[in-house]
Amino acid sequence: MAGGVVEKPAAHGKPRKHYLNHVRTFGSWLVTLDHKRIAMMYLAAVSFSLLLGGVFAISLRTVLWNGAPALPEDGILGATMEQFYNRMFTLHGAVMVFLFIIPGIPAALGNFILPMQLGTKDLALPRVNLLSWYLYVMGLCFFVAVLVFGGLDTGWTLYPPYSMGGGSQGQHVWMSLIFAYMAVFILGFSSILTGLNFIVTIHKLRPPGMGMYDMPLFLWALYATSLIQVLATPVIGITLGLSLIEHMFHVGIFLPEYGGDPVMYQHFFWFYSHPAVYIMILPAMGVQSEIMGTFTRKHIFGYKAIAWSSIAIAAIGFIVWGHHMFVSGQSPTAGIIFSFLTYLVAIPSAIKVFNWVATMYKGSIDLKTPMIYGLNFIYLFGIGGLTGLFLASISNNVHLHDTYFVIAHFHMVMVGSTVNAFLGGVHYWWPKMTGRMYNETLGRIGALLVFIGFNLAFMPQFVAGTRGMPRRYANYLDEFTVFNQASTIGAYILGSGIGLQVIYLIHSLFKGRKAPDNPWGAASLEWQSESPPDFHNFTKPPIVTGAYDYENWEYESEEAGWRLKQEVIDTGKTLSKVH
Amino acid sequence: MSTGVADHETKHDTLPARPPELAMHFDNMHQQFHSGKLGMWLFLGQELLFFCGLFTAYAVYRGNHQEMFHYAHYFLDTKMGAANTVVLLVSSLTAAWSVRCAMLEQRKGLLITLALTFICAGAFMVVKYFEYAHKLHIGAVWGGGFHVQTADLPPELLAKYPEMTGEKLKDMGVGSFFAIYFCMTGLHGLHVLVGMGLYIWLFIRALKGHFNRRWYGAVDNVALYWHIVDIIWIFLFPLLYLIG
Repeated sequence: MAGGVVEKPAAHGKPRKHYLNHVRTFGSWLVTLDHKRIAMMYLAAVSFSLLLGGVFAISLRTVLWNGAPALPEDGILGATMEQFYNRMFTLHGAVMVFLFIIPGIPAALGNFILPMQLGTKDLALPRVNLLSWYLYVMGLCFFVAVLVFGGLDTGWTLYPPYSMGGGSQGQHVWMSLIFAYMAVFILGFSSILTGLNFIVTIHKLRPPGMGMYDMPLFLWALYATSLIQVLATPVIGITLGLSLIEHMFHVGIFLPEYGGDPVMYQHFFWFYSHPAVYIMILPAMGVQSEIMGTFTRKHIFGYKAIAWSSIAIAAIGFIVWGHHMFVSGQSPTAGIIFSFLTYLVAIPSAIKVFNWVATMYKGSIDLKTPMIYGLNFIYLFGIGGLTGLFLASISNNVHLHDTYFVIAHFHMVMVGSTVNAFLGGVHYWWPKMTGRMYNETLGRIGALLVFIGFNLAFMPQFVAGTRGMPRRYANYLDEFTVFNQASTIGAYILGSGIGLQVIYLIHSLFKGRKAPDNPWGAASLEWQSESPPDFHNFTKPPIVTGAYDYENWEYESEEAGWRLKQEVIDTGKTLSKVH
Repeated sequence: MSTGVADHETKHDTLPARPPELAMHFDNMHQQFHSGKLGMWLFLGQELLFFCGLFTAYAVYRGNHQEMFHYAHYFLDTKMGAANTVVLLVSSLTAAWSVRCAMLEQRKGLLITLALTFICAGAFMVVKYFEYAHKLHIGAVWGGGFHVQTADLPPELLAKYPEMTGEKLKDMGVGSFFAIYFCMTGLHGLHVLVGMGLYIWLFIRALKGHFNRRWYGAVDNVALYWHIVDIIWIFLFPLLYLIG
């Protein structure tokens, strides 16, 4: 593309070459270094994981319709109902956390969008990107091996001494634990490499005309996420490496009968796994910022506050891990300090929520599918965040610890917020990624089903939790029946909402209307590429416009999409010319 | 953002054409070199935190079992540890030297310094092998497996505490020390092995003439990695061998 201008050859019958069809062989996908193809492979894999984890969730909610029958002959798949339930909640947690939520938004959506929002051709380290994808697949295979051996019932936290060969485990439990440790260890490195790549790309490939404050907020969110990924994930790596050694050789680091300290495992584990919840939520907040600006057609309110609150959340996230251990035998002083530090997280989180709401104020709100997810996000994140404050205070926490209140709280944040933002982001960028529009009506119905199902599933759990129903039990007292049955119905509705999306999104790949280059009137650089983008991302150098300056775009009813105004094209500078 | 070679050449006649080493998504060699280098620095930061877990475990157990760590340190051979420290420091010098050679296109010097770094790393592993073999032989191992006979105890330990026996040490939980010792030095040893592999790779590439003054990023980045492996040992040696 010497000279910088290439005409769009689409109208002449021959299909336009883009990143999906410029080479078509299967092998070309396996060895691709193109961030867009790697992102699509990630999207397929994390979606598979979401459905897998969803099946486990539906199974465990089904057991909880009546509670597990006490008699062993009422078993399923060679296990008693209780054993089946224990395995289901363990695998649900592990698959959802390690295979879906952590890589979900950064590795799938971020991988695709980050270089495009910077106006570059690829991530800085494409081979590292491909390596991270293969590590992810290896981790996925190990989890499938866990499933085949079928014995993992430790909870996703893998706490010793019950894991690591304590208790009375059979051979298959022993093996599936080895696979689980390997899986999480490998997935950790996949996550580290993605984060490392993003940081390098943002620092080194950001074009000369674009300062940090010119970036879309999604990139600030990914940047903050990447910092956590690089700095926190190695700690879970070494923890699970040591756990694996402890499990196989009984060296005496975590197992008390050999002189080890199981509470140290909890410290190590949460030193990663608490920051990890910010790995899960921060990219979701980034997607949210993009959606709120675009669908209110208003410049995002409080840009710098949102940008720096991401960094603040990432930083504070490193010093609050002890709030998972208020009843694990840490000292009261440590507990009080961790409790106060935990309150601090609420400040930057609330700053974001206020800014999103202020963005909507007097905006012209367009209730497209992504925006419905955006509204779901604000509502559910509000509840999830505020109930987090209940749990941050020690006296409440001791009462609510390990009850369904905790379950409802973190599902509000992890599912209510992150999964909503993931789905919103998938719908938002679907036209760009695939070149096809999904069915808007079905999209809205799906978003509403997710909202209704989710609330029905988790609101009753707050009540059940405050009344004392403990988590991780296959049975419950009769007084909790109504809450559990409501919750199970909600889970089914949520599942049907997601199932509906799978159907119409796949359908749109084949039958969907061809997507215009910018169907939403969004203003960040990726919308100046074609849908789907060229192999080199941009066939002509993008014109520098503010990421939230929506007035630069006008609606073109002919192609049902938005175009840069002619005067912007005439007067604007292209990215390559800004030096 | 580059829009291609032609664009540059029309504007600046003095600029060279795109070098063959330059990947398509970079504007120039400078950007490519520093992207790789920032990536390596981040990776090294990650490595430090990876080892951090072990250092924390060391600190916690040392704080809780002062006496046991004191007895246990007699099992480690300070002379061998010191020899390994010297070997690694020399290898760091040759690693840094190899970067300079690559930068200056001194082919012979590059091959020699790469080979020397590899040999030093190998020497480190040989010494480590003898240390491990001795400990496994007398039964100075991790966890409940510790079973050293009193006759096999280190002479310095017996000289200072004549009433000490293998049984007493085992009851004291000295296995925890060896768990930490083997995990820390084992993980470090794995890193040395990876470094040896990387130096073989660099040596082959240098033989093929892949490096020049424009492009020596791989030599530089592997040397950075090698320095962190060295620095970790600089901390392991006093913590495990020297502090009594």
